[in-house]
Amino acid sequence: MANDDLDAGLEDEIVQEFLIESYENLDQLDRDLVALEQSPGSRELLASIFRTIHTIKGTSGFLAYHRLETVTHAGESLLAKLRDGQFVMTLDTTDLLLRMVDLVRVLLGNIETSRTEGDTDVEGLTAQLRAMLAAGQSVPAPAAVEAASEIAEAATPVAPAEPAGPAVATAVATAVATAVATAVESTPAPAPTAPPTAPPTAPAAPPADKPAPAPMASTVGESSIRVDVELLEQLVRSAGELVLARNQILQRAAAVDDEILARACHRLNQVASELQEGVMRTRMQPIDQVWSKLPRVVRDLGSQLGRSVRLEMEGGDTELDRTLLEAVKDPLTHLVRNAIDHGIEPPADRRAAGKSEVGILRLRAAHEGGQVVVEVGDDGKGIDPAIIGPKAVSKGLITEARLAAMTPADILQLVFEAGFSTAATVTNVSGRGVGMDVVRTNIERIGGSIEVDSVPGRGTTWRLRIPLTLAIVPALTVLCSGERYALPQVNLLELVNLGGSKDATVARAGIEDVGGAEVYRLRGSLLPLVRLSEALSLDAVVSLNEDGEVEPGVLAVLEADGRRFGLVVDRVLDTEEIVVKPLSGIVKEIGSFAGATILGDGAVSLILDVQSLVRKMLRGVDTHDRSQLEQSVAEGSTASEEQLLVVGFGDERRVAIPLDVVTRLEEFPVENIERVGRREVVRYRGAILPLVRLSEHLGASARVDGATIPGVVYSARGRSVALAVDEIIDIVGADSAIPSDVEDFGLVGSALIKDRVTELLDVRAAILAADPMFFNHLESGELTGELTGAI
Amino acid sequence: MVQLATFFLGDHQCAVGVEHVQEVLLDQPRTRVPGAPEAVAGLINLRGQVVTALDLRVRLKLSPLSENGSSMNVVVRNGDEVWSLLVDRIGDVIEVPDSQFEPPPDTLTGRLRELIIGAYKLDGHLLLVLDVARVLDLASVGSAASAAA
Repeated sequence: MANDDLDAGLEDEIVQEFLIESYENLDQLDRDLVALEQSPGSRELLASIFRTIHTIKGTSGFLAYHRLETVTHAGESLLAKLRDGQFVMTLDTTDLLLRMVDLVRVLLGNIETSRTEGDTDVEGLTAQLRAMLAAGQSVPAPAAVEAASEIAEAATPVAPAEPAGPAVATAVATAVATAVATAVESTPAPAPTAPPTAPPTAPAAPPADKPAPAPMASTVGESSIRVDVELLEQLVRSAGELVLARNQILQRAAAVDDEILARACHRLNQVASELQEGVMRTRMQPIDQVWSKLPRVVRDLGSQLGRSVRLEMEGGDTELDRTLLEAVKDPLTHLVRNAIDHGIEPPADRRAAGKSEVGILRLRAAHEGGQVVVEVGDDGKGIDPAIIGPKAVSKGLITEARLAAMTPADILQLVFEAGFSTAATVTNVSGRGVGMDVVRTNIERIGGSIEVDSVPGRGTTWRLRIPLTLAIVPALTVLCSGERYALPQVNLLELVNLGGSKDATVARAGIEDVGGAEVYRLRGSLLPLVRLSEALSLDAVVSLNEDGEVEPGVLAVLEADGRRFGLVVDRVLDTEEIVVKPLSGIVKEIGSFAGATILGDGAVSLILDVQSLVRKMLRGVDTHDRSQLEQSVAEGSTASEEQLLVVGFGDERRVAIPLDVVTRLEEFPVENIERVGRREVVRYRGAILPLVRLSEHLGASARVDGATIPGVVYSARGRSVALAVDEIIDIVGADSAIPSDVEDFGLVGSALIKDRVTELLDVRAAILAADPMFFNHLESGELTGELTGAI
Repeated sequence: MVQLATFFLGDHQCAVGVEHVQEVLLDQPRTRVPGAPEAVAGLINLRGQVVTALDLRVRLKLSPLSENGSSMNVVVRNGDEVWSLLVDRIGDVIEVPDSQFEPPPDTLTGRLRELIIGAYKLDGHLLLVLDVARVLDLASVGSAASAAA
C-alpha cells in the first residue's frame, strides 16, 4: 500500500519534471527556430531543435501521452530531414514548426491541469507536417526516419535499453536528468543528449516499482538542483529576520565592553551579510528567461504587420529577483509589441526615409548603481512631441498653457498618461490607450521607473529602472510629528534643507502659496508641496531641534506617477536597508503605506507608499487645472496667439499686461510728469497723457525713481493713457502662463510665468484709474473682450 | 469541556478559545498607524513579524484605559493573519463544561453583545466569550454597528 503511494507520488513527480523540463525546452525551441530563419541551414541549431523535440517525444511516449508523441514524432521526422540537409528551411517550414511548438505547449498545459492530454486535435497539424515531409522529397517511411535518427543519436547511450521494468525506470530517470542537465547548461553542447527511450511497443509501460533515485541524484546533483520556490522564499524571510536580529544585537553590544562578545558580533555580522547575499542570489535569475520569449513575439508580430525586424539582445545574463522578473515580463512584452506596431515603419516607409528596410529592435540590460536598467530601443519613426502635445491637449490631459511651458522631453512623458494613445488607428496589437500607463503602473508597483527618449525619424528608447530585489530596499528614515517613517529611495531625487530659524515664519522661506497650494521654487521650477503631516492627518507636533529651534523641515523631492513633488518632513534621520514586511489588510486599506519594517532599535516603522500619497494629495491640482481650462474655453479664448508684457515692481512683484493693449513702450523723463489736480499727467509727443503709476494703483511699493520712468502707452480712438511701471521685464506667450485663481484688487488673476508667480493686470481698471472717461468714447465691449481674453 | 483563555477588560471577564491564542506578551512598544480605524492601537514587533494590535476596549466600545494603565497583548491567529488583542490583564486558562454555556444575556447591549458568541455562568459572574473572527473584522461589524447607532 505504501509502495503504491510511493509509485503514484513518483509518477507524479516524473510528470512534473517532464513538464518543467519541456516548458524550458519549448522556450529554447522558439528561440532556435527564429534564429534558424536568420541563418538557415545551421546544422548546430537544427541539431539542437531536433534533440529537444526528440526528448519530448521520447518521454511523452514513455508516459503514454500519445497525442504529444504523434505530433512530435511527425515534427521530428521533418526536422531530421532538415538537419541532414535533405530539406531547406523555408518560411512555411518555420511556421509549421512554430505551430507544432504551440500545439505541444497546449498539450502540456492540458497535462499540467488534468494529467491528461485532453481532446485537443493533433491530427490536422500532424497531417500537415507529414504532407510537408512528403512534398519535400520522396519520403521514406516515418519509422525509418525515426530509426535513422535514433542511430544517429545513439552514439553515446546513457543506459542500456532493456525492456525490463527497473531498467526502464532508470532510463527514464536518466532521460529526465540528462534533459535537465542540458537545460541548465543551456548551451547546445553536442555531448550526450537524447538517450534511448522506451521502445515504441511499450509506451504504456507501467511505472517502475523499484525506483532508482541514485543515478538521478548523482547526475543532476553535480551541477544544480531544483528547489521549491516556497522554500526559497522562506529562506529569504529567515535571512531577513537574521539581519534584523543582528542589527539589534550589534546596537546593544556596542554599549557593552566585552571583547569576546564584540568578536562574536563581528563574526555574526559577517556571516549574516554573507548569508543574506547568498540567499538573495538564489532568487536571482537572468533576464534572458523573459527575453527568450521575445524573438518569437517579434517574428510573429513582424510578419503579421509586415515589418522586417532584427532583434538584438545584449546583457541577457543580467540577473534580477525572480518575482521582479515575473513582474517585468508583461511590460517588456508590451514595449516590444509597441515598438513593432508604432515604432518600426513598414519596409517601404523605411526605404523612403533612407533607412535599411530591416528595422532594429534592441534590448539591453545592465546593472547600474544597484538597479537593473533595461532598455527597449528601436530605430523606427520615433515619437514627435509636436504631435504628442496637441493630442494630449485635445484629450484634456493637460492645458495648452501647460503644454507650452513643457520641454520636448517632458512632452514625451505624456504618453504614460492614462487615456493616451498615439496610434491613429486602433489595431489589435496596441493602441487602445490603455498601454503605457499600465506599463508605468506595473513598473512603479515594483519600485521601478520608466522613461522614454525619442528622436523623430531616428527611433525611440524606453528605459526601465528596476530594483534588484523587493525584499530589501534602500530607504530613508524620516521624522514627522514625532513618528518615524521609511521612505523608499527609489522615488527620491534629492533632499533640500529648508534652513533653520527660531522664527517659524522665516523657516517657511522659499515656500510660496499659489491659490492655496504650497509650492517651492527649486532651481527655477515650481514644485508642488505635500506636507507629510497633512497627508497622514497627523497632529501638528512642532518638532524642535537640539538648539530648541523650530525644526524647519526637509524637502524630499520625489518623483512618482510621472510627477515631481516635494514631501515636507520634519527631519531626515538615516538611510538604511530595510526589510519590507507585509501589512495586515486593515492597514493596507488605508492606502498610505506600502509595508512596514523593523528598525535597528526593534521599533516598527511604516513604509510610505509614495505613489498613493501623490495620487491622494495632488489630485486637487489636477481638478484645479481642469476648471481653469474649462473656464478659458467658456470664454472663447484660444490663448495661443496672445502675448503678455511682464513688468516688475520694487518689491519683487510681477504683473503681466496683455501685449494687445500696449501701443508703445516708453521711458518717461521724470521732469515731464506733472500733477493736474489729483491726477498725474505726462507730456508725451506734444500731448498730455493721463498717467497712472501701477505701483500705486495696485498698492505695491514703488522703487526709488531714477531720471526716467518706464511705462506703457495705450491708445485707442485717438485717446491715450500712460501706465507707469518700475521695470519692463519680458514679453512671453500667454500660453506659457499657468493660470491660478488668486485674485486681488486691480487684478484678474495670477499665473505662473517662467516660474514666477505673476499677477494679471485688470487693464480696464488701470486705464480707468488714469482716465475715468476713457471708455466713454469707445463702443462698449470693444476693449473688454480683448482684455479678458488674454488668459 | 471547552478550554478558554481568559482576560479582563475593566469589570468584564472575557475569553477566547485557546485554539486561537498563539501567545501572551507584556506591554509592547507600538507604532501608531495614521488613518487607521480607531480600534487599531498600532503595530508591534513580534520577533521580526509586524503584527497589528487591536485595542479591545475601543473595539468593544468600553471606556478607554486610564493614562498610565498598561496593556497585555493576547496574540491570536485568524486564518493567515496574526493579531494582538490589547487587554487590561490576563486571567487563567480554564476548562468549562458546555452545559454552562448561554447565549448572550439580555442585559448585555451594544457592540459587546454583537461580538460575543455567548457567556459561561461562573461562580458569581459571567465569562463572555469573544467571537475572534468578528472582533477582527473591523470593516463589516464595525461599520454595521456604527450605522445602526
